[in-house]
Order: sequence, then C-alpha cells, then structure tokens
Amino acid sequence: MFGKLTWIAIPFDQPIPLAASLLVVVAIATIAGLVTWRGWWPYLWREWITSVDHKRIGVMYVVLALVMLLRGFIDAIMMRTQLAFAAAGAQGYLTPDHYDQIFSAHGTIMIFFVAMTFMVGLMNFAVPLQLGVRDVAFPVLNSVSFWLTAAGVLLVNLSLVVGEFAKTGWLAYPPLSELAYSPGVGVDYYLWALQISGVGTLLSGINLTTTILKLRAKGMGYMRMPIFCWTALASNLLIIAAFPILTATFAMLLVDRYLGFHFFTNELGGNAMMYINLIWAWGHPEVYILILPAFGVFSEVIATFSEKPLFGYRSMVIATMAICMLSFMVWLHHFFTMGAGADVNAFFGIMTMIIAVPTGVKIFNWLFTLYGGNIRFEAPLYWALGFIVTFVIGGMTGVLLAIPPVDFVTHNSLFLVAHFHNVIIGGVLFGAFAGYTFWFPKAFGFSLHEGLGKAIFWCWLIGFYLAFMPLYVLGLMGATRRMQHYAEAGWQPLMIAALVGAVVIAVGVLLTIVQLVVSVRGRDQRRDVSGDPWNGRTLEWSTPSPPPPWNFTIAPTVDGLDANWAAKQQALSQDRDKAELEPILMPKNSPIGVIVAFFAVATGFALVWHIWWMAIVGLIGILTACLARAWQVSTDEEIPPETIEAFHQSGYQQ
Amino acid sequence: MHDTWSWLSGILAPQGPIAASELKILLNATAIMLAVIVPVIVLTLGFAWWFRVGNKNAQRLPDWSYSGRIELVIWSIPTLIVVFLGGIAWLGSHDLDPYREIQSKTPPLTVQVVSLDWKWLFIYPDKNLASVNQLVLPANTPINFQLTSASVMNSFFVPQLGSQIYTMAGMTTRLSLLADRTGIFPGISAQFSGAGFSDMRFDVVVKSSDDFEAWVNTTRQGKGVLDPAAFAKLAQQSSNVTPTTFAGVEPRLFDPIVAGTAHAADAQTMQSNQMPSTGE
Amino acid sequence: MDPPAVPLSQRGPASTDVVVRFGFWLFLLSDIVVFSALFAAYAVLSHQTAGGPTGPQLFERGRTLLETGCLLTSSFTCGVMSLAVQRRSALQVYGWAAATFALGCVFVGLEVSEFAGLIAAGAGPTRSAFLSAFFTLVGTHGLHVSLGLCWLLVMMAQVATIGFRPMVMRRLLCFSLFWHALDIVWIGVFTIVYLGAR
Repeated sequence: MFGKLTWIAIPFDQPIPLAASLLVVVAIATIAGLVTWRGWWPYLWREWITSVDHKRIGVMYVVLALVMLLRGFIDAIMMRTQLAFAAAGAQGYLTPDHYDQIFSAHGTIMIFFVAMTFMVGLMNFAVPLQLGVRDVAFPVLNSVSFWLTAAGVLLVNLSLVVGEFAKTGWLAYPPLSELAYSPGVGVDYYLWALQISGVGTLLSGINLTTTILKLRAKGMGYMRMPIFCWTALASNLLIIAAFPILTATFAMLLVDRYLGFHFFTNELGGNAMMYINLIWAWGHPEVYILILPAFGVFSEVIATFSEKPLFGYRSMVIATMAICMLSFMVWLHHFFTMGAGADVNAFFGIMTMIIAVPTGVKIFNWLFTLYGGNIRFEAPLYWALGFIVTFVIGGMTGVLLAIPPVDFVTHNSLFLVAHFHNVIIGGVLFGAFAGYTFWFPKAFGFSLHEGLGKAIFWCWLIGFYLAFMPLYVLGLMGATRRMQHYAEAGWQPLMIAALVGAVVIAVGVLLTIVQLVVSVRGRDQRRDVSGDPWNGRTLEWSTPSPPPPWNFTIAPTVDGLDANWAAKQQALSQDRDKAELEPILMPKNSPIGVIVAFFAVATGFALVWHIWWMAIVGLIGILTACLARAWQVSTDEEIPPETIEAFHQSGYQQ
Repeated sequence: MHDTWSWLSGILAPQGPIAASELKILLNATAIMLAVIVPVIVLTLGFAWWFRVGNKNAQRLPDWSYSGRIELVIWSIPTLIVVFLGGIAWLGSHDLDPYREIQSKTPPLTVQVVSLDWKWLFIYPDKNLASVNQLVLPANTPINFQLTSASVMNSFFVPQLGSQIYTMAGMTTRLSLLADRTGIFPGISAQFSGAGFSDMRFDVVVKSSDDFEAWVNTTRQGKGVLDPAAFAKLAQQSSNVTPTTFAGVEPRLFDPIVAGTAHAADAQTMQSNQMPSTGE
Repeated sequence: MDPPAVPLSQRGPASTDVVVRFGFWLFLLSDIVVFSALFAAYAVLSHQTAGGPTGPQLFERGRTLLETGCLLTSSFTCGVMSLAVQRRSALQVYGWAAATFALGCVFVGLEVSEFAGLIAAGAGPTRSAFLSAFFTLVGTHGLHVSLGLCWLLVMMAQVATIGFRPMVMRRLLCFSLFWHALDIVWIGVFTIVYLGAR
C-alpha cells in the first residue's frame, strides 16, 4: 500500500535529525495556525496563491529564496561547527551518514532554491516593469513555474522528516549515486525534487525570453533595453539551452535506478564519465545563469547611485552575450584530473580564461561608471562596491583553477570551495541583496531600514572574508572538500576562524529578518510616495510604488536608453489626465499553478517511496487540471477606467 | 598524522619536481593577476570615495558614458593577461601532463593503484608484493602509476608530490610522479566516495633506494598472498583500515580488477549488505 | 512617424498569436536539446554491448522504413489539417486529424511491437549500456508521439465543443509545429540509430 514507506523512515533514533524535523513541522504548523486564526486564507488565496501578477510571483520567489537561505544556512553552520571540532582523531558530533546528507542538501538548496530562486524572482519582478509592459508573455504559466519550484522545495524539505536526503554531494556523481552504492531514498528525493523544479525553471526561462524578445514598450529597440533586461535575456537563453540537458541527464540516472538500465553503472558498459560530462554541460552555464542577472543588478545600482548613465553600454551588451556563448565551451574544466590529455585540457583551460576577458571589461565599465559620478552611499551601492572588491579575488582564483597544472593540485580542495563561495556569495548573493534592497520600495511602497541594511552588508562582507580566506589557505595546505573529520591538528585554528566567519554571516542573516520586521513596523516613516525613491533611470521608477496590477496606466513610449531619466530631464510626463483612459485587459487569477504543484508533490513523493497507485493518481490530477484549464474560455478580465482612476485618486496606496 | 603545525604544508611544501613546478605556476599566475587586481580594488574604492556626494573638489561628469580610447584599453588589458596566462596554461598542460613519463637515469618503478570502499590498494607488479593504505616509494625514482577503481570514483592525491588523478572503475588512468626527498607525506582521496571517505588516507613513505629494497625484501618474507579470493575479501566495505602488506600478488591481477571481473564476489556482498557500516 | 519607418524591434508589444508561436518555438528548441543529450549518450554507448547483441543483429530495416513512412505521411496529413483549420472547416479538420491519428497509432504500434520483440529475445534495456541508450532515445521519441496523439484527441474535442476560437486555433498551430518537430527528430533517429548501425 505504501511502497517502501514505513515508520522506520521517521528518524526517531537520531536526535539531531528528529529535532530538525520537529522544528520544521512545528514551524509550518505555527504559521498555518496563525494564518487560520487571523482568517488570512481567503486573502492569501485571492491575492497571492492564485495571483498571476508577475510582481506578486516575483515577490513569492524571493520569499521562498529567503526562507531556503535560512535552511541552507543552518546546514552551513552545522558543517562548520563539525569541522571546527573534528580534528586530530576527534569525530565531531555528526556521523558521516548525517554529515554527507548535510553538505549535499546545503549545495542543492543554496544553488537551486536560494541563488536560482532569488534571481528568477528579481527578474520576474523587474523585467516587465523595465520593458514598460503589463505582464510577462504567459502569466498563468508563470504561476505554474513558481509553484513547481515550490514543489521541489517542499520535496527536499520533506526528506528531512520522512526518510533521508542524498549522501552524494550536490551533483550526485555516479556510480556513487547508483542503486548499488546509494540504495536509500535520498538520491531519489534529490532527483525528483530537481526534475519537478527544473520543469518550472525551464518554463520560466521560455516565458521571460519570450517576454524580452517579443514584448517591449513602443520604441524600445534592443539597444535601448535596460542592461538588466539584457543580462536577464542572456540568463534565460542559457536556461532554455542548459536545463533540458539536466532533465535528460537526471532522467538517465532515474531509469538506471528505477528500471535497471546501465547508463552510468560500473557493469555492462555503463559510463559514469558521461554523466560528469553531461552534468557540467548544464552546470557551467548554470553558474552564468546565476551571475549574469547579478551583473545586471550591479549595473543598474552603480549607474543609479552615481547619477550617471552606465559607462560603455554597448561593451556591456557585447560582454554579456559573449559570456552567454562562451559558457557552453568550458565544461571540461570541472574535471581536468580525469586524464583527458594535454591538448584537451589546455584548450578548455584557455577557453575558460577567455571568459575572464568580457568579465574584466564589465569590471572596468563599472569602475568608469563610478568615475565622475555624484555618488550616494546607500545600502544597494554598498553591496555593489563590496561585490567588485570581492568578486575580482574570486575571479583571480577562478583563472588559477583554469590553469590545468594548478588545478591538478587544487581540484576538489578547500581552495576550490573557497573559490566558488567567493563568486557565488560575492557575486550572486551580493547581487541578490542589492536587488532586494533596490526594488523593495517599488514592490511594497516603503523602503527597507537603511542602517540595518548596511549592518547586514558588513556582516556578510566581514563574515565572508573570515569564513573563506582560511579555506583558501587550508586548500593550499592540502585539505580536500567533504571531509567529515581530519587528522591534522594544525588545520584546526583555521577551521575555527571559518566557523567564526560563518557565525558573523549568521548575524547578517538574522538581521535580515529584524530589518524586515522593523521596516514593516516603521513603514509610515519610509513611505515612497513619489514612486522613484532612488532617482532611478529606468521605466520601473516611472510607476507608482507599488505599481497597480496593470503596471502602466498609459503604455509608455521610449526613444532612448534610461527612459525614465530622459523623461525627468525633459520634464516630460506621460500624463494620464490628458489622455482618455481606456479599459485594460488583464489575465484573471488562476489556481492551476498551485493545483498542478500539489499533484506534482504527491507524484514525486509517491515515486520516491515506490507508491505506484499514488503516482498514477498524481499524474491524473495534473492532467485533469490542465484539461480543465484548456476548456476555460474566459481567461481575461477587463479593468474599467473607473477602477484605474480610483487607483490613482487613492494616492498610490493599496 | 602530523602534529607539528606549519603553514608550509600540502602543496606549499613540494617534495618533488612536479609539485614544485605546479606551485611555481600557481605563484607566478597569482602575481601577474594581482598586478591588475590590486589597482582595480584601490581605484574602485578611491573613485567611489572621491566622487561621493558633497566632495566639492570632485569634478562631475553626469553625462559621460563613452570613450573609445578607454574602451580599447579595457578590452586590451584582460586580453593581454589572458594571452599571457593562456601561454602558461598551454605549456604547463603539456609539460606537466600526468600521463607524461618523467625522464631520469634511474629506471622507473611501476605501481598499480586500486581505490576500494574505503581504502587504497597499491600493487608493485615488478616486486610481486602489495600494500594497503601505505605507499612506500624509493626517492629520486620516477614512479609510473596505473590507477583504477574497484568501486566508485576517487581521486588519488599526494599534495606534496603534485598532480592528482581520478580512479574510475572499468578504466585505467596514468600518473607519473617523483619524490626527491625522503620522508612521510600524507596521501588522500580527493573525490568524495561515501561514508568512509574521510579515513581514506594513506602515508607515502619515501625511502632511499637501499632502504626501499630492504623494505621490499622484508615485506616479501611476510604473510598473505593477494589472489582473487583475498581481493574479494579486501573489496568489501570497511573504513579506517590499518596499513597491511601482502607478501605476494597473483600475476596480472590488475587487469581483471579493471575489467571488473576480479571482484564478482564483491558485487554480491554489496547487494546483501546494503547499509554501509562505519566507524569500526 | 510613418509605420514602415519604425524598425520591427521598436514597434511595441507583439500580438498574442506571435507571442504564443514564439514561446512554443522556444519550447520545441528546449525539447530538441533533450534529444541532443540522448543522442550524445547513444553515440557514446552505441558500442558498449557488454557481450550482448549489437545493433545490426537486432534492427529490422523493413519495419523502421514502414515507421518512417507512417510518420512522414502523418506530417503531410497534419499539414493539410492545418490548412483546413485556417478555413475553419470542421469536417475536413476531423478527417485529416483522423488520418494523422491513425498513422501515428500505426507508428507507435510498430515501435511497441519492436520493443516487445527485443525484450522477449533477451535484448531488453537492462542487457547492456547500448540497449539502455537505444531504448531511452527511441522510447522518448515514441513517448512524444504518444503524447502528441493524446493532444490531438484533446484538440478535436476542443474543436467539437468550443469551436475555432483564437485560443483553439493557436493550440492547433502549436500542435502542428510539435508534430513536425517530432518528424525531424525521427529523421535523426532513423539515420543515426538504424541506418548508422554498424
């Protein structure tokens, strides 16, 4: 009846996982209870869960990312604590069995459900506003994408309570991830969670690419697009080209595990190296999927707070698209130590370095954007400056790792771990926080607490250096990654320093919550009534904060870069009083996203535990929901001019 | 293993020519890049501070967004560095290719390496002996390693001797190293391989040629023969394994290990004993 | 401003028809990437027979030629159906859809019988890496065709119940794009897997 699922799956005998699962269950129950008690369900259902508004969906993505940041961060603290103590024969407090799950979950969650989710959220929120349009190309599909991502998140977190997570690292290399070596459900949780959320990501990539290429304000030619839209375009093109490879690769591993195929097994001709090639053919573009939108955020932030146009816009566009292309030609640098031969290694090493050229150009362009500016030191700019300083160090170690003979001694070491945290934290995460602080007033109509914002930045910056500079040194001293304990007593002081760094970052993470609470409570002092709190340059700042569901009452017309800046300079306003207001056609809310995701979770869970009847029920549920949607004839609603006028009369408040 | 604490360990303390060359490339490349990166960091902070709101001495250029000359320079600087480092990478990849055998007057020694769950087996085919979790090598002699795995993927790495290389079931990789000093150096697996991974370590004991021959002779008078039955037993999952030696090895045992036929018994054990045990 | 003077990229948001068609093209592109990965895996593993049967020993040219004929003809009937859709002639649409559906079913039937025969002869996907890759590549295409057949049924039901609305027309167009794309993938399968078997 319940496949492999029995009471043994609940970790009653292991105190730490049991406490963690209890915490999750209690937290979810508390939130659900609070929402029920306050009677918020109808509001949440109507305004958020079934919303197809790209701004609402963007906000939900970011909330999901922040929640998962907490989860991923608890994993990080546990790992750092373990390694601070498990020296010179000591075993620490985590068994290998548990420790291996933690680092696998940390990587999976941080990449797929924090970095990825955060960036997709920012793009969802800002791109249509910057393009001067009323929504993305496929608003209902957008909701489906979000909820499928949430479904993946739920499955990963279910593994904490019921069963186990993968013990294979975040990319689940075979043959370790094959049934022979990982007979438990951990790898299955990993695979199904990522397959489901991967479909969501792919659909979101198609959606945003179509939006950028086919829906732009009148007059907005390609070379008049805000730079963030260019980086979003590059990122989403990469999603379309790379994520199907991930889907196919995971599908092959799944048939190996479920049906006894031999793609990557040790026996009968399977080839595990093929998995490693395929996964990095996705995996390397993936890091650019993450970093390119962050580059876009920094470009917007630096130009805005320098009160200058971005230096070398054309160069930036060329550099962005060059990175987009080159990112598919470097995957082999993740396994120079496979023994591929000198010519192959040298080729991929040099290709990798070539990516440093457009990236370097970007850095210089930001530098010259600052030059001659009128620079306002506000929180988003802190993140941008911290990024430049930190990221160039990560870029340097990246180029070092791209030199094959250097990689032969640093591959898989803590030096590598320090490198990718250097670019992911110093690049993607700083970008995410810059964007979060920058667009927060646009989303909610009041800005975040400035002082706390700067405090959060300093925690992350100082914490980052404390936590990861020791790892660079440890890597050079011969420490490899994914150790649960180590023999060298001499490494312990550096490991303890790294723990201190992680704790400093933890303070920053906690302050993020404090900042949110303080800002919401004091929102009346920080209201943004102008819609343009930062003296912004692009079209999103020409709308009220928060913008109406239809974004632009009058569809804007653009005749150059930095459309909002130009309008302000020429004291132009696209005044709605002078124009006759027309009814606006907007898509209706739809519950299909959350329904499909519900059945997707059921299907995924059933497949993990081999509960075949439930998997079939889940698939039928998805099919039925889609068919019901297909027969829904009226999917749009007209917003009458009176409603639009009433919105503007109400002083931009909801 | 090493209780004395020193910054100069791992790849910072090379004990052979390969490791020394790799460290040199690492340091050179770092120096070249720092020459650009340090000025960039200084200029970023400097520009940001100088052009802050309220600095009356700063000359503002509110519309300045293009300069052909600067564009040329900012595309040239990273290009030149990459051309230079690309040259280093090309030469380094060829000179330090793990498969390239080290030239020396001393004839090379062949060692066959097998990664197992979770220990290392070293077979000395010319000496007809084998050891587990301890690799004894003669100094100043090129060592030609042939490596494979009888389980999942691992990476054979002795940081102080240089290059690591993957061990993979069904395949043989090669690696050539040389130690030019005697001593004991830590060796590890640098590719996560499951529950017993952290203890998958071995001491590399580098001895003078005479001492090495003495060790060979002593070991061959010891006990145990590594035949398929002994190998199947060894291949069963175990961790934190005490170093041992085998006084004899069945000839050409390495080939069936690569082919995966030497440990058919192992596969059966794996099926019946699904939960890996650790911490013995 | 004179409309022709405005470059295409500056003319403002495109119509829903254009947007849907473009989005679906992108989806097809991503689907072709999935197939590329499977083709790559097949190319790597095609000689890893692990002592089991090889391609030339297993494949029957006659059957695959018949399959190819069915699928190519169905692409033609699907094209004619699209023309009928533009004329909004329900009867003709049903007729050509039925032809397309029948040909698709024959294709799937032939493939299922091929797979059943192979498995019965001990050449199932668990026999070797080569057969794993073969079953996955060809089976994924077959699965796409089967899903396409279901989609076609749904579309006919839509035409019957809610008629040729713009949204139904768009979906029918997407279906025909999908069907032709599967044809292109099959040409790849036919040449690389069946004709290329050595």
